[in-house]
Amino acid sequence: MNTPEPFLGVTSHTPVRHHILSVMVENKAGVLARVAGLFARRGFNIYSLAVAPAETKARFSRITIVVDAESAPLEQIVEQLDKLVNVVAISDIAPKDALERELLLATIKTNVDNRTSLLDVVGSSGAAIVDVDAKSVTLMLAGTPAACDELERELENYTTLELHRTGRVALPRLGKAALIAIPD
Amino acid sequence: MQLTGAQALIKSLEMEGVEVVFGLPGGAILPVYDPLIDSSIRHVLVRHEQGAGHMAEGYALATGRPGVAMVTSGPGATNIVTPIGNAHMDSTPLVVITGQVATAAIGTDAFQECDITGITMGITKHNFLVKSAHEIPRAVAAAFHIATTGRPGPVLVDVPKDITQSMMEWWYPESIEELDLPGYHPTVDLDADRVNQAIELIKDAERPVLYVGGGTLKSHASAQLLAFAERTGMPVVTTLMARGAFPDSHPQHLGMPGMHGMYSAVIAIQKSDLLISLGARFDDRVTGKIPAFAPNAKVIHVDIDKAEFNKVRRADVAIRSNVAAVLEAWDAERAMPQNLEVWWKEIDAWREAYPLVYDEPNDDGLLRPQFVVESIAKAAAPGTIVASGVGQHQMWASQFWKFEEPGTWVNSGGAGTMGFGVPAAIGAKAGRPDRVVWCIDGDGCFQMTAQELVTARAEGIPIKVAILNNAYLGMVRQWQEMFYDERYSEVYLSPDLPDYVKWAEAMGCVGLRATNVAEMHAAIATANSINDVPVVIDFRTDSSEKVFPMVAAGASNDDIMVHPRQRESQ
Repeated sequence: MNTPEPFLGVTSHTPVRHHILSVMVENKAGVLARVAGLFARRGFNIYSLAVAPAETKARFSRITIVVDAESAPLEQIVEQLDKLVNVVAISDIAPKDALERELLLATIKTNVDNRTSLLDVVGSSGAAIVDVDAKSVTLMLAGTPAACDELERELENYTTLELHRTGRVALPRLGKAALIAIPD
Repeated sequence: MQLTGAQALIKSLEMEGVEVVFGLPGGAILPVYDPLIDSSIRHVLVRHEQGAGHMAEGYALATGRPGVAMVTSGPGATNIVTPIGNAHMDSTPLVVITGQVATAAIGTDAFQECDITGITMGITKHNFLVKSAHEIPRAVAAAFHIATTGRPGPVLVDVPKDITQSMMEWWYPESIEELDLPGYHPTVDLDADRVNQAIELIKDAERPVLYVGGGTLKSHASAQLLAFAERTGMPVVTTLMARGAFPDSHPQHLGMPGMHGMYSAVIAIQKSDLLISLGARFDDRVTGKIPAFAPNAKVIHVDIDKAEFNKVRRADVAIRSNVAAVLEAWDAERAMPQNLEVWWKEIDAWREAYPLVYDEPNDDGLLRPQFVVESIAKAAAPGTIVASGVGQHQMWASQFWKFEEPGTWVNSGGAGTMGFGVPAAIGAKAGRPDRVVWCIDGDGCFQMTAQELVTARAEGIPIKVAILNNAYLGMVRQWQEMFYDERYSEVYLSPDLPDYVKWAEAMGCVGLRATNVAEMHAAIATANSINDVPVVIDFRTDSSEKVFPMVAAGASNDDIMVHPRQRESQ
């Protein structure tokens, strides 16, 4: 897996020709390693990756992978993924048809001078304060990758103690490419 | 019926119709070796786990049935990694059972622990770590199902020792649904539209070539291939993995394409206007420089694995299917190309101008390796199975042996695994005891896995081994001569060290040596008269002999180098 540098700039470093693969897998030990290993050995680049149990049944998880469609033809990536026995369904969502969301958590160093302006940033970006102490504030934003990028830029004016982003999850816009049904 | 996990494992193998397991016991697999005593399954005790894997491959290639190997954890498991990788490259159906340390010890760096499912993730079609005795039947049944359906391949089943020692209520999956493989769909219905699109291309073709790969053998499509080729009159080439899929004696057969292919096979592909790939994968050893490969050809690509489509060469029509079904569908539609008379005239001219040649046999000096292969072939019983290692001798075996039927050529293609020959020949003979099995080997390859001749003698598996002993790692030597200005680096092996005759005798085999033509014929005759123990012949061959034709690595197939004797007329 090729992590872009710097690590935090996930979205701003996402290439123009990225695709979002929503991969339904069996919820079994080692499946993530199989998927990640396939990308590594075939030389496909991953820009972000998010894993969680899928909506209906505990036996499946969904892996949302943002892939670099310039590192290899998307068709090859999809077909090779499909050969993994634990991969149940793959849907490819073109960026324009995708509803993409990410979660950003950041702890910012604060003092009496900048606390008010930081609260303005929080308010205007749609973020929320989730923890506060005398010297710092932890804020959260759930939004589009672009909104997370924008907030990250705003936070450059402050001292960021820690910042984490989840990598994106995505669903197709209503009426666009339908997800393939999970077989029983 | 209550069984131990070990009993369930053996019983599961019996349920799958396994007749022979190649293996070597050790701590973690120990419980499974106890019920093996009471089983109908034959166990072949190897001397090194790599031998078990290659024997299972040889068995599978000769019989068409999955090969089975069983080894212990840790080094036992890592020793079989090379055969697993080899089987993965060549799509050979293999089921490998490995012992594992007890569940509670996994992850603690226990004695002889290794993460074999992790290690083999990229070189198996799939693998399992079994977590309960109850799951053993499902894992074994799934392993055989996955290994043998769709594009075949190796499947590994890792079984911890406490699982084989615990009790389970016996059951066995009765349907594919019970295998619980929601993501595995090895076959699809034949796409009639694509079949018809391909027929449209066939109708327009004036210079078609049937490019036959290993998938044709894997899908048992030789009869359909023969029928289709004869009805349409198209020329046929068979890749290294497909030797035997179409009779070498057939007038429409141009032979093997690729780096050391027949001139006419290579050039016919280059000049073709339609390339019909049947279970082939456009390997770099066949294509040479990809942009220069068959530049004017439209491509029909038939493969059961759709990941092969457009991987190397864009297909004009890609059909996901086994080869047999497509050929039958085309035959049903009476698909015919244009009149091929002009095309055959060109091909015949190439065949006539550049046949396979080598320098005349030398009565006094060292033997010509090509002549040795031809002489063994000429004296061999019909239906003889040939195994080989990897290198010059492998290419000469493929070039100079005449293969007439499937399952008679056992070799390592994609991985190029030196040392494959001896154990693979043993596996082939174990699976086809009615057939004569020759291993055409090199001296370098022989030294890698020769210890398995002890296995062959002990188990009563009388193979015949021809060492083309040129005292060199010959293929590397050839490249150093041709591309590294004759600077020979670490390729000399000595013809006398080891003494192959004494070594063979020490392993309970008959050892023979041939240093000239008369001795060669005598040794072959002696070997053919011995059918109870393995025979090894040390043929002293000329190290200056090179494999021709040759397309240099990365070069265009148009730049094929023929034998020096033919160059003036090229």
